[in-house]
Amino acid sequence: MSGVARRTPWDWAEIAAAWLLAGLWLMPLIYAFWAAFHPPEYAVNFKLLAPLTLQNFAEAWSQAPFARYYFNTFVLVTSVLAAQFVLCTLAAYAFARFVFAGRDVAFALVLVQLMIMPEVLIVENYRTMSRLGLVDTITGIGLPYMASAFGIFLLRQTFKTVPKELEEAARVEGCSWLQILWKVYVPLARPTYVAYGLVSVSYHWNNFLWPLVITNSVGTRPLTVGLAIFGAPESGVDWSIISAGTLIAVAPLLIAFLLFQRQFVQSFMHAGIK
Amino acid sequence: MKRSETRIAQVYGWLLLLPAAVLLIAFTHYPTVATLVQSFFSSGTATRPSAFVGAENYRFMVADEVFWKVLSNNIWYALGTIPVSIALAVLMAIWVNGRLPARSVVRMAYFTPTILPMIAVANIWLFFYTPEIGLIDQIGGFFGLPGHNWLGDPDTVLGCLIVITIWKEAGFFMIFYLAALQSLPPELEEAARLEGAGRWYFFRRVTFPLLMPTTLFVLINAMINSFKLVDHLFILTKGGPDNASALLLYYIYEVAFSFFDEAYAATLTAVMLLALAVIAIGQFLALDKRIHYR
Repeated sequence: MSGVARRTPWDWAEIAAAWLLAGLWLMPLIYAFWAAFHPPEYAVNFKLLAPLTLQNFAEAWSQAPFARYYFNTFVLVTSVLAAQFVLCTLAAYAFARFVFAGRDVAFALVLVQLMIMPEVLIVENYRTMSRLGLVDTITGIGLPYMASAFGIFLLRQTFKTVPKELEEAARVEGCSWLQILWKVYVPLARPTYVAYGLVSVSYHWNNFLWPLVITNSVGTRPLTVGLAIFGAPESGVDWSIISAGTLIAVAPLLIAFLLFQRQFVQSFMHAGIK
Repeated sequence: MKRSETRIAQVYGWLLLLPAAVLLIAFTHYPTVATLVQSFFSSGTATRPSAFVGAENYRFMVADEVFWKVLSNNIWYALGTIPVSIALAVLMAIWVNGRLPARSVVRMAYFTPTILPMIAVANIWLFFYTPEIGLIDQIGGFFGLPGHNWLGDPDTVLGCLIVITIWKEAGFFMIFYLAALQSLPPELEEAARLEGAGRWYFFRRVTFPLLMPTTLFVLINAMINSFKLVDHLFILTKGGPDNASALLLYYIYEVAFSFFDEAYAATLTAVMLLALAVIAIGQFLALDKRIHYR
């Protein structure tokens, strides 16, 4: 009995099925790479020895202000994440460690956002934004997401596992409430911050409907909205260039994912099981 | 001493909560209530201010054929995507959790759609579905099948969207099953093997019941997503042909931002809120039941 048990033909059939499914799942991405790196005449014509080119990327880059879209998405994603970290940390600390009147009701009201996400309320939130003068601003895109019920919930669960004794010790040393939060709770919750950060960044990098509604100029549009306008069939660009544009839009996230695959998968797991 | 400390804790608690509370109220609670109120008023115009109209908007909605079409599309969309993506997610998780050669590559393949924006993948799928030159028709043509206008045919368009959504979601749900599988004690499977239980029997009688909490969680997520996920419509079909692929949230978007009918958009949103409330209550009852089982 050494090492691996022998695989039966049935096992091999199962392995083949798992691989086949993996292949199918990668198909769209493989095709995008194929079309983007080959001249347009090979977009629908699969010849193994078709010549490679970067021309499609150059075309796509020159036909739409991708640099600006990148910048907008970057500002959006980082400002949302920074605000989420601050707001959710404070709120989670309140829920985890303070006893105050109406706490449980307040927590239940926070959780409402898990069900009714900002996407559903685009009509009314658009009105609010226009009253606030925030239509077509990056702040306007990010604001509804900054207080995140998911983030509050996740951090509260984590903070609750911090031993009380650590807090007592810090208090004996004369730390204030905020110092305790900063020196005891936040460092211990690091894995949760990483997990939540990755989930949040991929969510907002990919978010589309609300940014579409609230933006109407190149100066504010994130990549997803820019890509939708770029790839619209009426714009008349061909497959190769659309594929190149698509890869340009997903590249940073995709590369980060390929490099830190384990971290991504574990973050989504970590965020999911709390 | 003690009492003043509790009072300070009260103030501190609320102060810490305040910034998040303001934003949550402004962009979740207020708009929810405002939507429900607006659904009983007419849309204001420059010359005629918004006025109370009772259930008029709802009467209009009940008479609106497009609303019923969109609602039934959404139900079919949910019924088409949820069971298949959950079944695939379980299968993927079991495969990736087992002794599979090149396991991490396979896991990456399953998970990749999760981190790609729907709007970008829709661009690629659009090519797959293109008649004649698209990948599906090319493969079909190889086997002598005639080409088909997949997205242009009301009978196939919703199915096309369902396929994309399954592709997008199965790997995401897999993660939750994978986490659950890894938390199961390995002795269970050894014991079952010693008893001579087959794999299918073991899965049906042991694994699947133990995965129930995960399934409930995934199910709730999948149901919410089936109402929320409409990005791909903007690229692939714009709800067409003849509303055959329009979903509720897409219709709300159209009514609000193409037809500029705020009151009717609010009424449709109220229906969406009702659907989400039903899901929330369902989840609550299911959780309640599970506690009794323990």
